[in-house]
Amino acid sequence: MIDWSHTALTIGVILGGALTLAGLLIWVERRLLGIWQERYGPNRLGPGGCLQSLADMIKIFTKEDWIPPFADKAVFVITPAIVVITALMSFAVVPIAPSFVVSDLNMGVLFFLAMSSLAAYSVIIGGWASNSKFAFLGSLRAIAQLLSYEVFMGLSLMGAVLLAGSFNLSDIVDAQQQVWFVVPQFLGFLGFFMAGLAEAHRTPFDMPEAEAELVAGYHSEYSGMKFGMFFVGEYLSVILLSAMTVILFFGGWHGPWLPPVVWFVLKMSAFIVLIILIRATWPRFRFDQLLSFGWKVVMPLALINLLVTGGVVLWKAG
Amino acid sequence: MNIWIYARNLTLGLWIVFKRTFTKPVTVQYPEERPYLPPRWRGRIVLTRDPDGEERCVACYLCAAACPVDCIALQAADDPTAQDRRYPEFFRINFSRCIYCGMCEEACPTNAIQLTPDFEQSEYARRNLVYEKEDLLISGTGKYPDYNFYRVAGVKTRDKDKGQAENELPPVDVRSLMP
Amino acid sequence: MEILFYIAAAVTVLATLRVITHVHAVHALLYLVVALIALALIFYLLGAQFAAALEIIIYGGAIMVLFIFVVMLLGPLAVEQERTWLKPGAWVGPGILALVLLGEVGYLIAIGDHLPITVSETRQKGVSIALYGPYIIGVELASMLLLPGLIGAYHLGRRVSKESR
Repeated sequence: MIDWSHTALTIGVILGGALTLAGLLIWVERRLLGIWQERYGPNRLGPGGCLQSLADMIKIFTKEDWIPPFADKAVFVITPAIVVITALMSFAVVPIAPSFVVSDLNMGVLFFLAMSSLAAYSVIIGGWASNSKFAFLGSLRAIAQLLSYEVFMGLSLMGAVLLAGSFNLSDIVDAQQQVWFVVPQFLGFLGFFMAGLAEAHRTPFDMPEAEAELVAGYHSEYSGMKFGMFFVGEYLSVILLSAMTVILFFGGWHGPWLPPVVWFVLKMSAFIVLIILIRATWPRFRFDQLLSFGWKVVMPLALINLLVTGGVVLWKAG
Repeated sequence: MNIWIYARNLTLGLWIVFKRTFTKPVTVQYPEERPYLPPRWRGRIVLTRDPDGEERCVACYLCAAACPVDCIALQAADDPTAQDRRYPEFFRINFSRCIYCGMCEEACPTNAIQLTPDFEQSEYARRNLVYEKEDLLISGTGKYPDYNFYRVAGVKTRDKDKGQAENELPPVDVRSLMP
Repeated sequence: MEILFYIAAAVTVLATLRVITHVHAVHALLYLVVALIALALIFYLLGAQFAAALEIIIYGGAIMVLFIFVVMLLGPLAVEQERTWLKPGAWVGPGILALVLLGEVGYLIAIGDHLPITVSETRQKGVSIALYGPYIIGVELASMLLLPGLIGAYHLGRRVSKESR
């Protein structure tokens, strides 16, 4: 029998935590970018400026929620919900600590991949429903990018799955008690992290929303809270990417002295900071470079990694 | 191999940016920290008075002529109480057009129009940026505390006759043969 | 659990109906995506977790995205064309055929002998062993079929240089 109160509590904690963290990231990212560019960033509201997200939220809620008359209304309206829902659904399988997980699915990895592939729809039909050329160009880029990098994402995390012998995320974390998978699976980690950046459309893979070229890409026509949903969705997928990297390659909650939850949050925060650091440092790829990089570099590396890992696992099994 | 150079450069870039965490930002936090403005900063324009408290402006239109964006408008009038002194009947500067170039200050023969180190001129209504004479005129002398145009100029005013100005010789009597 | 199954089934049927009756191609495809997701839920409820995940990853996530990608480029002209094609008369033939199928299903239900919905979990391990064991030839044939497709797509999409023309 399912323990309903425990499940409800876990859902509440993870949902609340993820959304709060996503809201906070709006401020954290701007602040960190500021620090790395020798500025302060938003530091006015509250201690260190930490209430900036709240002010942004109030602003974005009270803005006019405008639907362009040329847009496909129904599709236009449901699109922002898809972003947030798919990102939040993925958190259902993220194990934060032993038995601190909403649903310990046997196919947790596949569920994560399924949700990230569904997230592609938000970008694609969002750009299409806006019925404007910049949004459409953004969504065209997004289709090619997301479809390609989904393949590499799946391929490069299969090495970790092979080593753990399970699709269950908790099992994968438990398999890393001795050594983190980043050591035997370094190529897999690189591939997964890059594909994840592309899936979350973060720099250097943010062509779908390249603000220097396409206004704001697929969400050019969105305003008010709908734009806010896209924004929160992006931060949610950044958190998700960090969490999944920690779970698959950096030993999840394992670590000495501190309690498991603290270790998980620490490692996850380190990756979030790394993602922001990458945004502060690296320039954007050109689109043809992006695709040829994906198919000519990441894909062969992921395949070789998978081949070698499979061979080693078979050889060890005897 | 090229790829090692790429990898090295990418990580090096990350490291260089990360080092910025420990440097002090160059930002001046404006409303609390005031930036230093030198005395000759070209900010808000004022009309000054001479040491005696009279208006310095003689309404010669040179500032209006020098202004590259034509934001100065004025009209000369004679002062009925002070013979031979001229003053502007109105003097208007449209600060929404002003580019703070300082040409008016350079053109002014009497040092009346001066630019001051004050830039905080934001307004909610654009109309409020049109300054009239009473907004522009200050009670001090500005950058030139001792200068008084009428005291050095060789014109006759109610206070002095010709030849009584500073560093001025008495007027030559053209009808006399004496040196 | 059974109520979830019936809800998912109803969603699948309704969404599929909208797929064939909708004049707007992109909307029809989006309904198809919904139908596929509901189908995945049915698979999951029946214990085929692996099939459910693959249904979403491959059909929902990859193939339908490509479909939408192509259809998106059609533009609004296609809607009018679709409207002229979707006359009530066009429904007669498919309707009769569907009625035959409905009759068969009704007959099967009527004669009883139907198993209750049972949940038996199929591990992906079993699926994999089946695929690479008894069905290895099928897998190899499918991959051989995909390889010419890949090479053909590369051939069609390659840039023709000026000299070779």
